[in-house]
Amino acid sequence: MTLTKDAAQAAQIASNKKSEMNTRLRASFQQLLAFASLLALVLFFSVANANFYQAANLSNILLSTVVTGLLALGTTFVIITGGIDLSIGTGMTLCSVMTAVFMTQMGMPMIVGVLCGVLFGALMGGINGFLVAVMKIPPFIATLAMMMVAAGLALVISGTKPVYTTEVEGFQKIFALGKSIPGLVIPNAVFILFAAAVVAGLLLSKTVLGRYTYSIGSNEAATALSGVNVTKWTVLIYTVAGTFTGLAGVIATARLNSAQPAGGAGLELQAIAAVVIGGTSLAGGKGSIIGTVIGALIMSVLTNGLSIMSIPQEWQQVAVGVVILLAVYLDMMRRKKAAN
Amino acid sequence: MSNQLLRISGVNKSFPGVKALSEMQLELGHNEVLALVGENGAGKSTLMKLLSGIYVPDSGTFEIDGEPVNINGTKHAQELGISIIHQEFNLMADLTVAQNIYIGREPRVGGLFLSERALNRKARLLFDRINIDLDPKARVGDLTVAKQQMVEIAKALSYKSRILIMDEPTAALNDAEVATLHDLIRNFTNEKTGVIYISHRMDELKAISNRITVIRDGEYIDTVGTAETTMREVINLMVGREISGNQRPEPTTPSNDVVLKVSGLSTKSLLRDINFELHKGEILGFAGLMGAGRTEIARAIVGADSISAGTIELNGKPVKISNPAVAASLGVGYLSEDRKHLGLLLERDVKDNIALSSLKMFSRMGVLDNKAMKSTASTYIDKLRIKTPSSGQIAKNLSGGNQQKIVIAKWLVKDCDVLIFDEPTRGIDVGAKEEIYALLNDLVAQGKSIIMISSELPEVLRLSHRIAVMSAGRLTGFLSNAEANQENIMELATQNSGSSVLTPLPTSSAQRSTT
Repeated sequence: MTLTKDAAQAAQIASNKKSEMNTRLRASFQQLLAFASLLALVLFFSVANANFYQAANLSNILLSTVVTGLLALGTTFVIITGGIDLSIGTGMTLCSVMTAVFMTQMGMPMIVGVLCGVLFGALMGGINGFLVAVMKIPPFIATLAMMMVAAGLALVISGTKPVYTTEVEGFQKIFALGKSIPGLVIPNAVFILFAAAVVAGLLLSKTVLGRYTYSIGSNEAATALSGVNVTKWTVLIYTVAGTFTGLAGVIATARLNSAQPAGGAGLELQAIAAVVIGGTSLAGGKGSIIGTVIGALIMSVLTNGLSIMSIPQEWQQVAVGVVILLAVYLDMMRRKKAAN
Repeated sequence: MSNQLLRISGVNKSFPGVKALSEMQLELGHNEVLALVGENGAGKSTLMKLLSGIYVPDSGTFEIDGEPVNINGTKHAQELGISIIHQEFNLMADLTVAQNIYIGREPRVGGLFLSERALNRKARLLFDRINIDLDPKARVGDLTVAKQQMVEIAKALSYKSRILIMDEPTAALNDAEVATLHDLIRNFTNEKTGVIYISHRMDELKAISNRITVIRDGEYIDTVGTAETTMREVINLMVGREISGNQRPEPTTPSNDVVLKVSGLSTKSLLRDINFELHKGEILGFAGLMGAGRTEIARAIVGADSISAGTIELNGKPVKISNPAVAASLGVGYLSEDRKHLGLLLERDVKDNIALSSLKMFSRMGVLDNKAMKSTASTYIDKLRIKTPSSGQIAKNLSGGNQQKIVIAKWLVKDCDVLIFDEPTRGIDVGAKEEIYALLNDLVAQGKSIIMISSELPEVLRLSHRIAVMSAGRLTGFLSNAEANQENIMELATQNSGSSVLTPLPTSSAQRSTT
């Protein structure tokens, strides 16, 4: 009888090992799948139109990914906790206005102005975190209010007119359009995005903050019962997200060499779409930075490719909407299969 | 006096309207496994929540090694060496095993960065020490329930606990896994530690515990040595109270017509080969312990959960019930135990709630006839004696008993012939309970048939014509009202219907000296 029990246990262990292997394979398969869809899109547009696969156009695609990509990076953290941040679009605009104001009207040196612009984003994120974690206002409402506040403040502070930074020596060159690597047509802003992605990836996978981000999204009550100060970490996570918003504001200003106070609304939804296409669950607990980067790239490849094929802008929007539905539905099916 | 590891005395705890614990006491010795038993609602969970710092007692003393302590907060309880494994798991499904165990205490490099390798090594060392087979890197959400239970246990043991409390740790485990768990417990207990083990499975208590403390209705009853007692004696202590003569069903006799016939019903997760018949005009009581599968039967019948085998016949005709809407249209209504979440629209008024399942009846081309709804609601308010100022009162403003009546009215309007009540009097005060009982008796007198699931044995005994008893997903027996009493129900309910792999140890101390 003990013999049969041992045999049964051995079989059990073997089958467990097998299922663990499967789980891991499936996880890497998912990342591969997203990446493969990106490649498939690039391939498709390259074949469909010769103008697509040109160095200048590819560099354009990357440049157009930067601002949404940065916003998406930050908001990935918030979404993994099970929250949402609607304030990043107009918040980015406010940070842009503030950066321009810091450097021109307040006469700060460029680098200080940039730092202050980024920190201003962190401050807004911190306020969001405070509203959500301390005052217990649902994230949707708290950040919706913040979105309106930021939109209004951007207009008030700028006097509803663009704030130009053309006087600031080297700003546009260093933070957006300059090309630091000889022989490559890729502008600096793109490198900033990828550097930010690496930092975000490390933060999420290698640090305590990242661990608690997943943990809170997975089971907030259990995390709190395990002795983690959930309030403090939630505020910090929103602050991190805000920092990325601040950086996005700086880059947006540099790119146009001006702060445009009326823009930004709608960008938050594009960023959220990129995050979701990248496989991050709006229910929290699941997601990755690499997924978000791929998601953001899929969005801009799609938009760029469709315009090169002279598809009218109205239809581009329809296509993006369909892609979002498809991506999320496929991901849900995959998870459901994994669960069985 | 100070040789007790843990001593609790004179502990009182009240919640609004309920006295959960009254002058509770308990003693846990060093190197001891103390079983804590009591019926559902006896106060076990409240006591455990006090010990783990989730609740604060109204009064009473707690001593560890003779030193008085005040437990404030879960973290403090952990620091005092008290770990608890809750019945519902507190795990993060998306994190790995090791990440779950050391959440909040993860090994770091330079303050901010995690050392995943150190974390996994630490977990592996822990598993070796306590002899558990788990992969530190496996995602918890991918594990079986039994493995998740092991993660909870490993987490509790990782705190260098001295007092380990397990709340029904074996509810989800099979026999081999239970044996592994018991080995873990034996390895854990030594001169400095002790275990409080809550379970309903009597054979297990025999196998693992040194003494058994019985509590009932929030009060301490007795503590007996496991070796010197019998299962029957423990059950007698648990049940305790006498059943007074008039607490028997109304003298209505159910007819022989079979209204509902369930044969060979099984579900993927729990139920195995369930067979029973419900007669017209009968109240069939379902007794059993928490997790025995009573609610699951109800959910399977009305199609809320899918079944893996078996057939259901209504009035002799086989039916296929794929979801609760089909069940309702066939005249089978399910009144959930979770009235507030699954039975009522709390923010809507009495009339809307009563009409909810039958809106078709009250609408013409999709437009609702408010007047008809109102008059029907008024009829049932009178009939069921629902105490409400009007049919326009918002449901959440009514008492529990009246809310339950609204749910009943909803199914009566729908003209259901088979009503499945799941814990019909949970959270309802004594007076209102009587009214619900009277109502159930009226319903069967009118020819309705009722399945009543209840955790309160006196209630089952009082109302049911027949009683079906469940244990671990199976029906372990039927008792007619005449032959049923609390003792023989409890015996059937604690019968472990699987094989009995567990063999009681001759003396547990002999076993320990070898480890």
